[in-house]
Amino acid sequence: MGRKKEMVAMLLAGGEGKRLGVLTKDLAKPAVYFGGKYRIIDFTLSNCAHSGIDTVGVLTQYQPLELNRYLGIGSPWGLDRKDGGMAILPPYVKQKGGVWYKGTANAIYQNMAFIERYDPTYVLVISGDHIYKMNYDLMLQHHKKTGADITIAGIEVPWKEASRFGVMHVDDEDRITAFEEKPKTPTSNIASMGVYIFTWSVLQKYLIYDEGSRNSSHDFGKDIIPAMMRDGLHLSAYSFRGYWKDVGTIDSLWEANMDLLDDKPALDLADKDWRIYSVSPNRPAQYIASGASVTSSMVTEGSIVEGKVERSVLFFGVTTGKNSIVCESVIMPNVQIGQGARIYRAIIGEGAVIEDGVCIGSPNDDAITVVAVGEIVTNEPVLLEVEPS
Amino acid sequence: MKHQVMGVINLIHETDDMERLTQNRCLATVPFGARYRLIDFILSSMVNSGINKVAVFAHTKYRSLMDHVGSGDHWDLNNRQSGLFLLPPATDDIQEVSRGDLYHFYQHRDYFNRSTLEYVVIARSHMVCNIDFEPIIEAHKAREADITVVCKQDADLMGGKARKMRMDADGRITAMQDHYGRMHSSVSSMEMYVMRKDLLMELVETSLAQGQDHLVRHAIFSRIDKLRVYGYLHEGYLAVVNTLSSFYQSNMSLLRPEVWRELFFQQGTVFTKGKDEPPARYLCTSKVSNSLIANGCRIEGTVENSILFRGVHIRKGAVVRNSIIMQNGDIGENSLVQHCILDKDVRVQYDRDIRGSFDNPFLAGKRKII
Repeated sequence: MGRKKEMVAMLLAGGEGKRLGVLTKDLAKPAVYFGGKYRIIDFTLSNCAHSGIDTVGVLTQYQPLELNRYLGIGSPWGLDRKDGGMAILPPYVKQKGGVWYKGTANAIYQNMAFIERYDPTYVLVISGDHIYKMNYDLMLQHHKKTGADITIAGIEVPWKEASRFGVMHVDDEDRITAFEEKPKTPTSNIASMGVYIFTWSVLQKYLIYDEGSRNSSHDFGKDIIPAMMRDGLHLSAYSFRGYWKDVGTIDSLWEANMDLLDDKPALDLADKDWRIYSVSPNRPAQYIASGASVTSSMVTEGSIVEGKVERSVLFFGVTTGKNSIVCESVIMPNVQIGQGARIYRAIIGEGAVIEDGVCIGSPNDDAITVVAVGEIVTNEPVLLEVEPS
Repeated sequence: MKHQVMGVINLIHETDDMERLTQNRCLATVPFGARYRLIDFILSSMVNSGINKVAVFAHTKYRSLMDHVGSGDHWDLNNRQSGLFLLPPATDDIQEVSRGDLYHFYQHRDYFNRSTLEYVVIARSHMVCNIDFEPIIEAHKAREADITVVCKQDADLMGGKARKMRMDADGRITAMQDHYGRMHSSVSSMEMYVMRKDLLMELVETSLAQGQDHLVRHAIFSRIDKLRVYGYLHEGYLAVVNTLSSFYQSNMSLLRPEVWRELFFQQGTVFTKGKDEPPARYLCTSKVSNSLIANGCRIEGTVENSILFRGVHIRKGAVVRNSIIMQNGDIGENSLVQHCILDKDVRVQYDRDIRGSFDNPFLAGKRKII
């Protein structure tokens, strides 16, 4: 039994990220690269670190190998603690057999023993899929002040996007009066950010109840919160103002990367008071050759730029050859771009090789092209190999 | 490493003509190569050679050193099987601090005696290279040498100061002299010495008993006929960074692709303390060529043939040429900075014009506002 903690965080990191296609073929969505040197999960872990949360359970499920290796014992985020710290919580086999996490609520249910070790008063449930900087401690203060059973962080989104989220109706005292998960015709544009603070004793009851319910999909948004609504519990909204982005699709991942290139980006990575921590790739400084040109871009250590880079994000260890053009693109780590290659509006997966003279995407096309992790793109016509029967 | 080797990085009385760069820091922590400190190179070389027990003989002004190396975790030196040991002077009397390095070896003799490792590699912090000690120790054993000195033939010292040595056809060292000596020889010492730990302890005790204080000048020099002292020629890049001009020129030499490729990409990784800086930002007005840029920089102006450390801000219309700008430097709008070395946190206000020359670069001390 550890020392009592006021609040522990449970970070849902099992997302498959289907809509990210080839980028998540061998990778859980929270481990997807973002912003030149980070992975998506760095943002929530850094938020925990800056909010004074020292006990974080990371719930993994889909393709955990790379993610587990990346997280290690949590040192980059200051979570290598004697008491508390980071624990990776995959589904496991119990005496009566084991099951995968059936839903977000079930994932927490299966790890109630972990939470109870710390005897917390509150539990923060967050997801490793979003990009934002938020002080969870301020939200906890709000939760305590309102005396709510659950507090849900909400952000105003454009009306046309509201149907992608769980939306909330909120009264003058921040009380949530209605909650709808992905409504077809939204009647509110306050979206749930998937950041919840529960009073643990209340959540515990609902998790046990929900587990016994046959018709439940064991999901926070679809089952637990509606059930709490029905029972007349005190649900409070905490309104968040700032940058928040769900990078679940190729387009939104690309857009969120491009957002960083504004003169004064809404998400300031250079903020010294709220550093985003990550595993340091430890590469030498970037080298910009004579004859190269880099404008409106982000470039990371270990990269060697000999061509033209415009409105793009280059991760660590990227090389671009002479006379190459990289425009409005996201180039993930260790990608090699050959001489004279041209890349427009693309996301190039880690370790891909774009050979000399290859052209990817087009300056006149709005669609985002994706090159898979480790793919080698040549100018040669692709020969389909016929497998011997 | 299959050999039983401990490393010692000896910072005691390192030759230091770095002017204001070492006013508040020791030579070992002088920033180098856009994101490193000098000591990173030898520390990383040792670790990459499989030496996982390293003692650093701190001597003076070592606050920045302690801050930089910390527990050694950035070099993977903080696990059960390894260790970084910072050994400051252990003296009763303040005057003893100025005594030679042999005295400090003696003061820390318990550290050496307690260890079961057979060999010692003693090195300095100001020899910038990426070197593998494994073949050196192989050669040391194969030649049945008492001491092996790593050295460099026809080194381009770029104004740095190195000890000259003479070697015979078999590689045996026949003569050695101090840094300021006049002997003509094409062989420069890299101040890296391999020997058995027993021999080191014996040299320490006998030399001190004879009133001798310095490891190289006394313990090794004066026994050059009696001991089998061999040279091992290092083939790769070397910068001897102990004068201001060699500091400037060797930083500039990193801009040659063949140099950075060799130093940073061919042998093992050079490790340093992480800083969690975001990637560098290049704004729409940025013009950068032939430069090394660290993370955390924000570039709105022009940068040519220069080295920018982490968190440097080049504002609109500013032009930086042939310069080294250390951490968090801030170059104001429309200022010109040419052939300059700006230490950490230097702020150049707008419309300034600061020029040095290649042979005499302008140096601004830490936190200076120009």
